[in-house]
Amino acid sequence: MFNITTVLTPEIALAVLSLSLLAIGLLIPAGARKGMMPLTVFSLMGVLGYTLYDFFYGPEAAFLGGLYMHDQFAVYFKILFLAAALLVVLSSGGYVQKLPKHRGEFYSLLLMATLGMMLMAGAGELITMYVGLELMTISFYILVAYLAEDARSSEAGVKYLILGATSSAILLYGISLIYGLTGSTELLEIASKLSGNLTPASLLATVFILAGLGFKISLVPFHLWSPDIYEGAPTPVTAFLAIASKAAAFAVLIRVYLLTMNSQTFSATGQTLLFVLAAITMIVGNLIAIPQTNIKRLLAFSSIAQAGYLMVGIIAGGISGIKGVIFYAMIYVFANMGAFAVATLVAEKQGSSEIKDLSGFWHRSPLATVVMTASLLSLAGIPPLAGFVGKFYLFSAAMDQGNVAIAYIGFVMSMISVYYYLSVVKVMFLAEGDGLPEVPVHGAMKFTMVFTMLITIAIGLYPTPLAKMAIAAAQSLF
Amino acid sequence: MTALPTVSSMSMLLPFTLLAPLAAMLLIVFLPKEETKTIKIIAAMGMLVSLVLSLYAFLNYQWEPGGMQYTLTIPWVPDLGVNLALGVDGLSLPMLLLTNLIGFASIYASWNIDKRVKEFFVLLLILIAGVMGTFIARDLFIFFLFYEIVVIPIYIMVIIWGSTKRVTKEYAAMKLTIYLLIGSAFLLVGMVALYLAAGANGNPTFMFDQLSARQDLYSPAFQKVAFALMIVGFGSLISMFPFHSWSPDGYAGAPTAVSMIHAGVLKKIGGYGLIRLGIYVLPVGASFWAPYIATLAVISVLYAAFIALAQKDLKYVVGYSSVSHMGYVIIAVAALNPTAATGAVGMMFAHGVMAALFFSMIGFIYEKTHTRNIADLGGLAHQMPRLAIGFMIAGMASLGLPGTVNFITEFTIFMGVINVLPVHAILGIAGIIFTAVYILRTIANVLFGPRRAEWDHLTDIRGPELVPLVIFGFVIFFAGIFPNVLLGMIDSGVTSSGLAKVLETVSQAKIGGLF
Repeated sequence: MFNITTVLTPEIALAVLSLSLLAIGLLIPAGARKGMMPLTVFSLMGVLGYTLYDFFYGPEAAFLGGLYMHDQFAVYFKILFLAAALLVVLSSGGYVQKLPKHRGEFYSLLLMATLGMMLMAGAGELITMYVGLELMTISFYILVAYLAEDARSSEAGVKYLILGATSSAILLYGISLIYGLTGSTELLEIASKLSGNLTPASLLATVFILAGLGFKISLVPFHLWSPDIYEGAPTPVTAFLAIASKAAAFAVLIRVYLLTMNSQTFSATGQTLLFVLAAITMIVGNLIAIPQTNIKRLLAFSSIAQAGYLMVGIIAGGISGIKGVIFYAMIYVFANMGAFAVATLVAEKQGSSEIKDLSGFWHRSPLATVVMTASLLSLAGIPPLAGFVGKFYLFSAAMDQGNVAIAYIGFVMSMISVYYYLSVVKVMFLAEGDGLPEVPVHGAMKFTMVFTMLITIAIGLYPTPLAKMAIAAAQSLF
Repeated sequence: MTALPTVSSMSMLLPFTLLAPLAAMLLIVFLPKEETKTIKIIAAMGMLVSLVLSLYAFLNYQWEPGGMQYTLTIPWVPDLGVNLALGVDGLSLPMLLLTNLIGFASIYASWNIDKRVKEFFVLLLILIAGVMGTFIARDLFIFFLFYEIVVIPIYIMVIIWGSTKRVTKEYAAMKLTIYLLIGSAFLLVGMVALYLAAGANGNPTFMFDQLSARQDLYSPAFQKVAFALMIVGFGSLISMFPFHSWSPDGYAGAPTAVSMIHAGVLKKIGGYGLIRLGIYVLPVGASFWAPYIATLAVISVLYAAFIALAQKDLKYVVGYSSVSHMGYVIIAVAALNPTAATGAVGMMFAHGVMAALFFSMIGFIYEKTHTRNIADLGGLAHQMPRLAIGFMIAGMASLGLPGTVNFITEFTIFMGVINVLPVHAILGIAGIIFTAVYILRTIANVLFGPRRAEWDHLTDIRGPELVPLVIFGFVIFFAGIFPNVLLGMIDSGVTSSGLAKVLETVSQAKIGGLF
């Protein structure tokens, strides 16, 4: 049998690690903190290894009376968050070294955010979910404003704080309405009590929860924060925000919205609502990405569009839809991480993130150019890269439910997205980068880039292992 | 389908054909970029291996039982029902051979490239392997995968090595890419719809033969919609009017090797897909849309030929002429009759060889004179007789001179079409007259006329530059004089794949329904 401590090992390990990094940062003199990144990396690798083992061989149960779930779905997302955290840490070594101050706390906060996400994925109850979400969000408030002297970073921090707090309030209002309606915060109980009767109050609660989570995944019309904050935040933080926090919100969306709130008779109307939201998210995200001149803003709009694609899987629902969402969320980590690693490199070496600063990148840094190209094309869904298979799962799941129109919008929009992804590629290959420095890639950054690219290609060519994991995770929900 | 890997005789022949250019590409990746000579030789060796293997496949193919041969099936993504299924029959084998002929020749047509040589050949070999993959795939998913692989290398090759004339190369590259990708978005929706319809009984598959065998699952309404989606997808690929406008701009912007491969084989994926997927899998949809397609095809033939008459740039002439010639292929497909289908595949082969020869010769002219403007050229036959021969052969093949393979295939097409669509056939044949006008006019203005002193410094093509001329010249006349080598093969494909039977039922239904 298992007891709660073995099941919670990854969470406990992360909490301990995060707090001890904080302590180490205080105890060790400022000059001798170079060891913090390797320490974080190796600890994360250990936790990730354990979590992988846990996915295949671990026990599966709800415990603490359904308060916390330990199923393959939750563990799948834990793998995703830990992998994303690991890659962000690996790619941010040089960047963090250049930070003016508070270098020690950076990794600690990153791990705190990861811990929050892991709680979100496992939460079987609304308060636990909310605590996890706030832990993640508050860590991000600090991380986004990390370059406090930089006007844009602190602007982004304040914006994120205000908007994030508002969205949390809306979410919390939705939760309190549900508690008032059902007398419970446990998902299973809510589902059974809500089923069948749609009241104005429960409708309001549902929409509020959708809006609160929609903010986190930057669903149009709750997306306006993301370009500014992506642009202002330190690049590794942007990467983590774009990749992992979005995935965490999708984990909650699946568990809370799809499996719990959808048990109401509301589902037909809800389907229309989601349909409209997904369609405008895909259209707005892709079309506004076209005129962007800053790589982080471009990736922000592209990630809005990607959220729209993921919503297609939510619309489809069922095992095939959920499988599509979590499969795509995983490959999205690697594709986006590759692109953000290059953006981090440019920010670190050239202190800028404009697309024109990538000029002549092919001569200055061939490896980074190839990685960027592969990552962007995977985001665009060009085979044989992983993004194609992911989109195929998502859209075929929707078409299987008869939602041909949304899949069609998705296909056309992803072809249009090729336009702006290719214009980045064009700048890198074609423009002459006269006067711009050589950008060599070394060490952990090189590893991150090559690793993400190899995974992106490998999953594209042979998706079966990851698909099997995703199916197992999706089935564990039912 | 959870079939175990099935092994037929020489099942590894096609994988090796496919992997040879990729192996060469990997070798090149690890070479220093200064070793340009070695890079070119390795690229050529890789393509030679592919060419020899596909020639062997062509000669060793058994016409009598026909059907898919050299098959290899490996379950790839079991939960989707994707199989890595390779194989060729009489329809795809000529296209495979054509790909390798053009691929091999395109290496030599790019022999004088001196800018970023390593990257050029890496991308070129990926491009060739991608095109090859579409023709040997027996699985729709794999087919599509290979098709999309080619789009991005083409984009990068055009923006780096392309040329800016009437439109900038960036514009040309983006236009080409967007057209093909939007087309493939339509195709993807059609493909997923087909896949879901075929998997309705809970046994998903992408295999062409399985999709075709599950006819009962597709309602006529579904077939019409799905076929319409495919028409847009494949139609923009084969540059059918009104989806053709990427083609002349794209070819004009692209470097020679890309124009050769694009006009020579890549385009043919459209025609091949229409036959393999459209008619074969969705015959009811095909017969519903056939009259409309035939009309659009006739417009393609005549309209593009008229525009070609007015062009000043050599590449635009050939670009529009290829739109016009593809119109014949589409008419033949729309005629829904076995003779015309044989002609269609034959025409794709013949046009591929001709277009590749044309583009390689234009590439050499441009390389030497730095102009493609017809008015600036003239009398080149004096200085460059061998190039003039190549240009003449391509021109004669283009207007369908008897003795060239193009004549035989055009003849076959019209033999098939005339009984079914007499008006279209006559209008199409009229198109040949316009073709003759613009081709002869171009040849006269470029090659003949008084000797011009400004071109006296030019050297004729020689050494490696002669390879495209020799290969394509040989194929054009050999297949023109012994057409049975080609058409017999295709005919066996049409018969043995069951296409003939499908066409027979469809055309009967059509006569009953429409007339």
